[in-house]
Amino acid sequence: MTMPPQLLELVEEFGEVGPRDRVQLLLELSKELPELPQRYADVAESMEQVYECQSPLFLAVEVEPADAGPERRVHLFFSAPQEAPTTRGFASILRTGLDGEPAADVLGVPDDFYTALGLGPVVSPLRLRGMAAMLARIKSRVRGAVAA
Amino acid sequence: MALPNDPDPKLAAYAHPERLVTTQWLADRLGEPGLVVVESDEDVLLYDIGHIPGAVKVDWHMELNDPVTRDYVDGTGFARLCGERGITRDSTVVFYGDRNNWWATYALWVFSLFGHPDVRILDGGRAKWMAEGRPMTTETPTAESVDYPTVERDDATIRAFKDDVLAHLGRPLVDVRSPGEYTGELLHMPDYPQEGAVRGGHIPGAANVPWARAAADDATFKTRPELEAIYQEEQGLSPSDDVVAYCRIGERSSHTWFVLTHLLGFDTVRNYDGSWTEWGNAVRVPIAQGSERGSAEGARP
Repeated sequence: MTMPPQLLELVEEFGEVGPRDRVQLLLELSKELPELPQRYADVAESMEQVYECQSPLFLAVEVEPADAGPERRVHLFFSAPQEAPTTRGFASILRTGLDGEPAADVLGVPDDFYTALGLGPVVSPLRLRGMAAMLARIKSRVRGAVAA
Repeated sequence: MALPNDPDPKLAAYAHPERLVTTQWLADRLGEPGLVVVESDEDVLLYDIGHIPGAVKVDWHMELNDPVTRDYVDGTGFARLCGERGITRDSTVVFYGDRNNWWATYALWVFSLFGHPDVRILDGGRAKWMAEGRPMTTETPTAESVDYPTVERDDATIRAFKDDVLAHLGRPLVDVRSPGEYTGELLHMPDYPQEGAVRGGHIPGAANVPWARAAADDATFKTRPELEAIYQEEQGLSPSDDVVAYCRIGERSSHTWFVLTHLLGFDTVRNYDGSWTEWGNAVRVPIAQGSERGSAEGARP
């Protein structure tokens, strides 16, 4: 199991700083979560809700068709309210770390990669579980698309 | 110098109206000497994206807990936390936060362990303040450090430990978790630990009153008659009862502790902060499963 380079970079960045700066990093990431493209913004209710998250979070996963290349790159879209910055921060980590990566690499991300972010002493375990749930749902969508 | 109380009629009906302020009261007094506004949230980033002007942040996870032992900060740690935020022993501290003031009441409860005299909750918290379009800022105040005395934490009056709860069995207990957690049928998700406890269920004899039932849709506390209908009429609790409240780690039950103690005037309410993450992992403590309260006798091994 390995991590895509962008995700690894984030994990290392979090690992290099103390708990307070990790909060700041997460805050910055939460601000960088891109707006939904129009095709999702209009039909946000068609996206998949991650119920395990403490705040409403919706995600959509696109996998490039097989004829676009053998790598089947993955694209991720997230929607979470402004008043849910931690959830937005988590979504942003996954978006930054995994968007545009080949399907096989997304599936290869360790399920517990988030423990290396060192957010345990900073946010509640329930929230970390939300992060795990996001990744699990992304993988399940990717697996489904690749198998289809 | 403590600030005057909020004379709002809804608050006046509560047993201890001096423990609450309305958004209007706070808006009129922001910046007054002697007042410190504290934001305490479940979402640790919320304060940073905008808060009530002049408010300071108290982070439950990193600042109210001891980093190693499962316990709260000690008197020295608490004095430092307050001093750094410009809180003196005489300050009127108004807490507010997200999710119906869930963590705000938790912070207030921890301040109460140290006997801070004037602690209040902003009724409606962050949600109501924002819904009313009141000012928010991202500017962090630079409070001048002040001296806060080192006060010994009182763990006997409003806090209960596992042994206290064992001795309390047979007397009123309130489990403020969701019905699913109470019965023991926890939400089962593949690959995820179940609430960090090896056994599901509740402490025998505990009534199940999910904490958020005490909150109205606008995040304010329900009115006194509405709260009496829940805790006294429906659940049969009485203000003279000796009550222990618990949840998973003691945060949600701080909210219920606040409601019973300050809004309904119960004399003896303790918050069992070990809660289910301790009880559900402890060896040979009695547990009841299902929707019946059960009794300690029936559940003893």
